[in-house]
Amino acid sequence: MLRLSNINSYYGEVQVLRDLSLEVNKGEVITVIGANAAGKSTMLSCISRTVTSFTGEIEFEGERIDLLRPDQVVERGLIQIPEGRLLFPKLTVRENLELGAYNKRSRAGRKEGLEYVYSFLPKLKEREGQMAGSLSGGEAQMCAIGRGLMANPILLMFDEPSLGLAPIVVLEIMELIKNIQKEGVTVLLVEQNVRQSLKLADRAYVIENGRILLEGTGTELLNSDQVKKAYLGI
Amino acid sequence: MSGGIYALISVGLALIFGVVGLVNFAHGEFLMLAMYIAYWIYNKGGLDPYQSLPVNLIVMAVIGFLIFKLIMERVLDSDHSIQMLLTLALSMVLQNVALILWKADYRSIRIPMTNSSTNMGFLTLNTPRLLAFVIAIGASVLLYLYLQKTFTGAAMRAISQNGKAAQLMGINIKKTYMLAFVIGTVLVGLAGLLLSPIYPAFPLVGANFSTLAFIVVVLGGLSSVPGAIIGGLVIGVIESFAGYFAGAAYQQAAYFLLFILVLVFKPNGLFGKKA
Repeated sequence: MLRLSNINSYYGEVQVLRDLSLEVNKGEVITVIGANAAGKSTMLSCISRTVTSFTGEIEFEGERIDLLRPDQVVERGLIQIPEGRLLFPKLTVRENLELGAYNKRSRAGRKEGLEYVYSFLPKLKEREGQMAGSLSGGEAQMCAIGRGLMANPILLMFDEPSLGLAPIVVLEIMELIKNIQKEGVTVLLVEQNVRQSLKLADRAYVIENGRILLEGTGTELLNSDQVKKAYLGI
Repeated sequence: MSGGIYALISVGLALIFGVVGLVNFAHGEFLMLAMYIAYWIYNKGGLDPYQSLPVNLIVMAVIGFLIFKLIMERVLDSDHSIQMLLTLALSMVLQNVALILWKADYRSIRIPMTNSSTNMGFLTLNTPRLLAFVIAIGASVLLYLYLQKTFTGAAMRAISQNGKAAQLMGINIKKTYMLAFVIGTVLVGLAGLLLSPIYPAFPLVGANFSTLAFIVVVLGGLSSVPGAIIGGLVIGVIESFAGYFAGAAYQQAAYFLLFILVLVFKPNGLFGKKA
């Protein structure tokens, strides 16, 4: 469904991604793990086209998308929930959610979308009139996920959804991602929380210094010596 | 009464700064252009500024669109300093083109209404000034409602709060920037048009008003549209009171004093968010 082939990306002189190739199939949860600054977020930004300084091909549902504008990528149903949530702090929760459905594909159905998201995340309904800037970390992440769902995603990309959250909330978020998969949405999850995110994954990749180091099923990687040593501290 | 006009000039400036992130030093020159358009239509075609309003605003929209497409779009990703130099240069170019084309003469529109007044019970007001005030505040409030109530308005507020997230929502940033720039230009054009029956057009007329607008916008908290409306009214009131009680010479001193006080005690502006 999504295929990255030989992506090389640069920030000025610094090369961030090196010959990175990766594939996501329909219905899967794919996890990409790696340390800070390994290039995980950059990879998602290349897919979303908010970073444009890269070479290589990105294909989504058989169509080249590496020359599109960010809004055109969103239009294809390829949605990113960014690192650090990036909510609009001075807009209400409801306004944040509605903006998730800004693209033409989901704009007309945004009323039903809102009901759907509220049924999925009832907590957001209680907070709907509140400024998004006043939400707690967990609620803010829920709101960001809800905003992503509003876009009616075909493939939903999560950039470190567990960042800065209490362990119990992390479990909640992971559960939520599993439920999103059950709703028929394909998931590309980028995480530093290796254990939880590998448990969830159908397949996973390990990135180091902008390169794919390992690839396998979630269980394979959880049991791999390299991952254990480098990321799980066992 | 001038407060309404100040507010209208300033909301456009605040909108462009808030959404596009451009400090537009050429804002006042758009005011000047609209005043000249009103003047020439009156002079050659005999239509007073109120009659020529639609034409004037359409021309301003086209000017705003062209300037955005041909000039501003190239520097959207550049440094603030580069953007400022560019808008400053644009301001000088427009001033001097006006000087070449239309000379430095003051050109006033004298329509019958200029000297007419409206009686409102306990006070009597000069009709063009009253009209200017009412229309200017009306347009400013309309802009505020547009930002609050429409989906495109929400997108503009979203961009001003987090540009990257706005892109990830599928908002076409460039198109929205252009829209905000054109709206800002049309609003300042409307201000120029409303001024034209009460204030003469000359090449440097924009400079006076844009200095004021910058004060208003800083006072209101930079990118805040309601802040700019209230800031404009406050400056207008202070100016009138200073003029009445201390004499016209102290008008500018009064609002600059307020400006300095605000900068010292409330550097984020009256309605600004913390930096």
